[in-house]
Amino acid sequence: MAILVIAEHDNSTLKGATLNAVTAATRMGDDLHLLVAGADCGAVAEAAAKVACVSKVLVADNAAYEYQLAENISRLIAELGKNYSHVVSPATTNGKNFMPRVAALLDVAQLSDITAVDAADTFQRPIYAGNAIATVQSLDAIKVITVRGTAFDAAAAEGGSAAVEVVGSVHDAEISSFVGEEMAVSDRPELTAAKVVISGGRGMGNGENFELLERIADKLGAAVGASRAAVDAGFVPNDMQVGQTGKIVAPELYIAVGISGAIQHLAGMKDSKIIVAINKDEEAPIFSVADYGLVADLFDAVPELESKL
Amino acid sequence: MKVLVTVKRVIDYNVKVRVKSDNTDVDLANVKMALNPFCEIAVEEAVRLKEAGTATEVVVVSIGPKACEEQIRTALALGVDRGIRIETEDSPESLNVAKLLAKVIEEEKPELIIMGKQAIDTDNNQTGQMLGALLDMPQGTFASEVQIDDGKVNVTREVDGGLQTVALNLPAIVTTDLRLNEPRYASLPNIMKAKRKPLDVKNPTDLGVELKAHTQLLKVTPPEERQAGIKVGSIDELVDKLKNEAKVL
Repeated sequence: MAILVIAEHDNSTLKGATLNAVTAATRMGDDLHLLVAGADCGAVAEAAAKVACVSKVLVADNAAYEYQLAENISRLIAELGKNYSHVVSPATTNGKNFMPRVAALLDVAQLSDITAVDAADTFQRPIYAGNAIATVQSLDAIKVITVRGTAFDAAAAEGGSAAVEVVGSVHDAEISSFVGEEMAVSDRPELTAAKVVISGGRGMGNGENFELLERIADKLGAAVGASRAAVDAGFVPNDMQVGQTGKIVAPELYIAVGISGAIQHLAGMKDSKIIVAINKDEEAPIFSVADYGLVADLFDAVPELESKL
Repeated sequence: MKVLVTVKRVIDYNVKVRVKSDNTDVDLANVKMALNPFCEIAVEEAVRLKEAGTATEVVVVSIGPKACEEQIRTALALGVDRGIRIETEDSPESLNVAKLLAKVIEEEKPELIIMGKQAIDTDNNQTGQMLGALLDMPQGTFASEVQIDDGKVNVTREVDGGLQTVALNLPAIVTTDLRLNEPRYASLPNIMKAKRKPLDVKNPTDLGVELKAHTQLLKVTPPEERQAGIKVGSIDELVDKLKNEAKVL
């Protein structure tokens, strides 16, 4: 049986997280279908058809799916999912929102946030904030899975030529509705997709001082993140939080500035390729995971770093 | 309105977990246990609704062995009115938990159910959503703000890239994110009072739920340890290493 991958998109562009989920799905079986559920999402379907390894794109284009409301979209995915061995979604906030509903409608378990595929029914996933890795076997006929994007390479966005098939089913539960959204506007890359991330912690002192990091970010094309301590202190908005309860990132280069390195933060960035820590406390736990540590006052070190890049 | 809140007994979030040497699970022997932080936020939100006069009664439910009554008592000390424990040997899988809760909710008929978005042990982030599907109720997951207004609840959700607000028909399920509120501490008189609040015990058979295994835990291993690298003496040295050794600049 084929595998159904749920595309992450905003009705105009296919999001990169989909490509990581496709790679994970290729390790579960050969025949991959991508579902694009949205409203006026034709452009997304076109992009989806070009993704490598995908044989078919299903498009459910209806106002009921415009905002990915879990109550509506879970019914659609459960209806389609009955004919698949695996239903796979990126572990984005959308996937985390609707996939457990899909699993319950299909009366199966969900395997959340998998980081490795050992066999078609056996997966690895982090538990206890990444302090342990569980290897779990599914006993269900249909495996409902969310994929941690940073654990899998992205599939090629070009090169495929999948057939596009229209799905007519409309599921509008009429129990929830979209009111509004406030999205952060930024010219910098998204945290989870950036090649370089520079994050600040409580040591930054206040929100204005994050400008020091932003200047470096602009030079390196980096995203700016923060520790939970910095978010809780009100320095920066919560969508910048890197950590177990925030974003999980794994860039080529992660620069931690004024971050002590609480377990919760390490869980969100310890898979980065190179980690740099700048902190004036030489005992800070962040140094135990850093490839390069600099014990210094960040207010001296960060401007100097900027001037030398 | 009646509000139902759920709590889970988990390892205290300050404790560093260790994997058992036989790789069967993590070692929870003699480890400090506590109320799951996201459940604590759920309890706080429910208690605030009662203080505001919106909620008339708050009921707390937990599932597990007798030790879970400690966490139910904590919720009662924080201002919840009464507790229900569903007796199980250990902590069941999310779908089984959702099925047990669905039965309790059919009996209790709350208008709002508030739960933590995930437990910090299994990190599944599933139960609230599964419960929504089983009861055909709408859900506001990862909530940072909850406003009840004329038969509906508006939930502001923390989503990738920002915030989204949805309106849900009642009854509805809300799962909490970290910034929804700051939980209070229980006062000593309230801890004493909580000991006399009602706490019922039910079991899955009473509720007519058969617990089925959907997954099997094959092993638990420690994560790959990252080795500490080197300390550099200056920004110049750092930039040099990043350019010429790590080759990431």
